[in-house]
Amino acid sequence: MSSLATLLVLADGRLPSGGHAHSGGLEAQVAAGRVRSLGDVEGFLRGRLHTAGLVAAAFAAAAVAGRVADLDAGLDARTPSPALRRASRAQGRALLRAGRAMWSLPAFRDLHHPVALGVLAAAAGLRPLDAAVAAAHGVVTGPASAAVRLLGLDPYQVHALLARLAPSCDEIAASAVSFVHAPADDLPAAGAPLLDIGAELHATWEVRLFAS
Amino acid sequence: MRSRARLVAEEDGRGGTRPAVLHGESPLLLRRTGPRGGDLTVHLVGGAAGPLRGDDLRLDIEVGPGAHLTVHSVAAQLALPGRPGLPPSRYEIHATVAAGATLRWTPEPLIAAAGCDHHTRTVVDVAEGGTLLWRDDLVCGRHHEPSGAVLSDTTVRYAGRTLYRHELHVGPSAPAWSAAAILGGAQALGTIVLAGPALPEPRLLPGEAALMPLAGPGLLATAVGPDIRAVRRALDPLSEGQYSLRPV
Repeated sequence: MSSLATLLVLADGRLPSGGHAHSGGLEAQVAAGRVRSLGDVEGFLRGRLHTAGLVAAAFAAAAVAGRVADLDAGLDARTPSPALRRASRAQGRALLRAGRAMWSLPAFRDLHHPVALGVLAAAAGLRPLDAAVAAAHGVVTGPASAAVRLLGLDPYQVHALLARLAPSCDEIAASAVSFVHAPADDLPAAGAPLLDIGAELHATWEVRLFAS
Repeated sequence: MRSRARLVAEEDGRGGTRPAVLHGESPLLLRRTGPRGGDLTVHLVGGAAGPLRGDDLRLDIEVGPGAHLTVHSVAAQLALPGRPGLPPSRYEIHATVAAGATLRWTPEPLIAAAGCDHHTRTVVDVAEGGTLLWRDDLVCGRHHEPSGAVLSDTTVRYAGRTLYRHELHVGPSAPAWSAAAILGGAQALGTIVLAGPALPEPRLLPGEAALMPLAGPGLLATAVGPDIRAVRRALDPLSEGQYSLRPV
């Protein structure tokens, strides 16, 4: 039996794991002029949810069931941008650090964020679907709050957008859990070329608001 | 239309590469081009229109120890709708590259004509000490038409470990594919996977493009642009032999 309140603790944006320092690639797309309005943010979030979100949800769900090293290598193979690999590992390490204070965790120190999320979910007694929902939710909520800061958008409108995206997060999580026992190569690998290119450009900036 | 093609390249014992097997079926026809005695160059020649919905194509490539093979195509591949109700057109490519061997795959682009539904799956296994340059260019729709649906799925393994896994879905069935996270309105995309012992330095490329070091022994170049010319400006210098990929 999984606890809904425990899932809310895991998915809470106030969890001290450094997520607020990352824009999920939004800052680079704002600077490139591709994201200016609430509608552009919605397109960005939907694109991110169906690519990085599906991958993160599938890997988080699978990590609840084990195979942590294989899954971590699988995310390396799905993340061609070194800047995005660094960002994912930095957030994974921060999440493990927070998780160790919350639950009894195995001794992992350096994992990609979705795999770390699955490890925490397992330690908290949550199911693969819970980890997938938390992952999909995090993939859209992080950049959404960055959008408020980067574009000065109305936070009510941005949260209305998140409410509209919630059913899509559930759908992504539901399809992600069908891969829990699949070989690592068969897990989703949906890529987003502009997230990769944008992350590499962003990493060369001297001044930026977000780490990625 | 069902088509099977197979290409086996082997060292000829005199420092060159010969085609041990060169078998094609329309529309996957293979022609040896270029001079005899050196590296082997083969062109794919489209023997029919398409691929069309319902087509089932498979190409197997094997590059033996010490052999050096380049595969080009004479023209772009144009994925077309075909009869409604048929399954998506499928194109599977499986390639193996042995130790000390080189495979350069540099075909003309795939063009996703409006209404097409085309699935490609590529699996490349490179042995330790083998060298790979694998290029795929995609144009989303012909001039002034919306893109058809293309789902491409690529796996590259090096020395038994998965180096690169990538899926891309564009067209009417793909959510938000032309929004800012995925292609941002760009109509053309190109990628080059480089793997092996001698690799160029990572760097930003001209336009919206980057050459990125993978976590394993390889790099990925990705370029997006309003048209294929922008992609070529970024990627052609990498795939046209400016960089020697052979170990020195």
